[in-house]
Amino acid sequence: MNLQATTSQTVGPFFRIGFSWLYRDELAGPGVSGERVRISGRLVDGDGAPVPDGIIEVWQANSEGKYAHPEDWQDKRVEQGFSGFGRVPTDEEGRFAFSTVKPGRVPGPDGKLQAPHLEISVFTRGLLRRLITRVYFPDEPSNAEDFALNLVELERRGTLIAKKIEGEPGGLEWNVRMQGEDETVFFDC
Amino acid sequence: MNIRAYRRSAEGTQPKHCHPAYVSSVKRAPRKPLVYLPHTLSEITGPTFSQERMDVKACDLTKQHAGSPLGERIIVSGRVLDEDARPVANTLVEIWQANAAGRYLHSGDQHNAPLDPNFTGVGHALTDSEGRYRFVTIRPGEYPWKNHYNAWRPAHIHFSLFGPAFATRLVTQMYFPGDPLLPFDPIFNCTDDEQARNRLISLFDWETTIPAEALGYRFDIVLNGREASPMEEHGHEAR
Repeated sequence: MNLQATTSQTVGPFFRIGFSWLYRDELAGPGVSGERVRISGRLVDGDGAPVPDGIIEVWQANSEGKYAHPEDWQDKRVEQGFSGFGRVPTDEEGRFAFSTVKPGRVPGPDGKLQAPHLEISVFTRGLLRRLITRVYFPDEPSNAEDFALNLVELERRGTLIAKKIEGEPGGLEWNVRMQGEDETVFFDC
Repeated sequence: MNIRAYRRSAEGTQPKHCHPAYVSSVKRAPRKPLVYLPHTLSEITGPTFSQERMDVKACDLTKQHAGSPLGERIIVSGRVLDEDARPVANTLVEIWQANAAGRYLHSGDQHNAPLDPNFTGVGHALTDSEGRYRFVTIRPGEYPWKNHYNAWRPAHIHFSLFGPAFATRLVTQMYFPGDPLLPFDPIFNCTDDEQARNRLISLFDWETTIPAEALGYRFDIVLNGREASPMEEHGHEAR
């Protein structure tokens, strides 16, 4: 190593002018295989006030657990119409939503598979670095043995697991609390 | 399968989440300790973008409208490298900035300075095989903000980069040499390490300056490099 990574700076208050060209709230095009889900929620600050100027980015594997990336060594198929990237803004109430397919399990440490999850970056004014978190799925037996969930104290794990929305097939609720008692678990990654 | 992880940044070279001098961080920074996440396949992969998705006009911010924007034309170029000085090729670079008067084309920007109908202030490009990028734009103006009494941001251009992996995603800001506002800016000064801060200041560059056309500024960006690989012996590094 002879160089040092450039220091992070906040996106500032007006970054949506730079990010909006790549908004994508539907990650899976028509014909992409897998269980369709719509994940919605709110981004709130330490006072519980909505964050109306946030952007959430998503990175995920396809329904077979394959990342559309050259370093995914698994002998599985990358699907047309599914890159695994999403980017959505929050609204005046701090709400965001995106639709995708539930990812398959991907390899984790020690030869064990991870539970299905999405990788999430949160950007907003006031953050000097992005926040990194994960979304897991409800009623998923593999959550119990997931290595990343097991890094988190039991009482905080729930912040990483989406909840079913009654009456909305495929609808899942997942909220991001940036600070406070029920603060979302963020990762040093 | 062993994963070849990305390195974490050196102590002091990245800002802490809460930096009270930057008032907006106080209610938005996490208070609980971050959970250290060893890298897995999920973190060493990340979104990739193809040239077909790029708008060819997006790298010249002075030619996105019928007329020329007001202000001083500049060329901002540089390389995206990893910590081993290897080029990061074909990676997306997004930029956004204020116009020459210090005003963003954003409904939330209430600064009493004129908008420029010929300037949007937004661009993007992929780096080439040597990690190079190049934007033509205008020098952004300084502008006031409400962080503290008589607060003014130094002139800056915002940069967003993806790099090769989820773990390498970076958003930063490029500043200009000799800006008298830099010592007073809580955002520029949020990083403890002085050398790390100073690397956010671009260099005036005769080599990229075009006579009678535009001044050149050079800004190289470094993304986290990789740990030495336990995988190479096992032959899984093939790409």
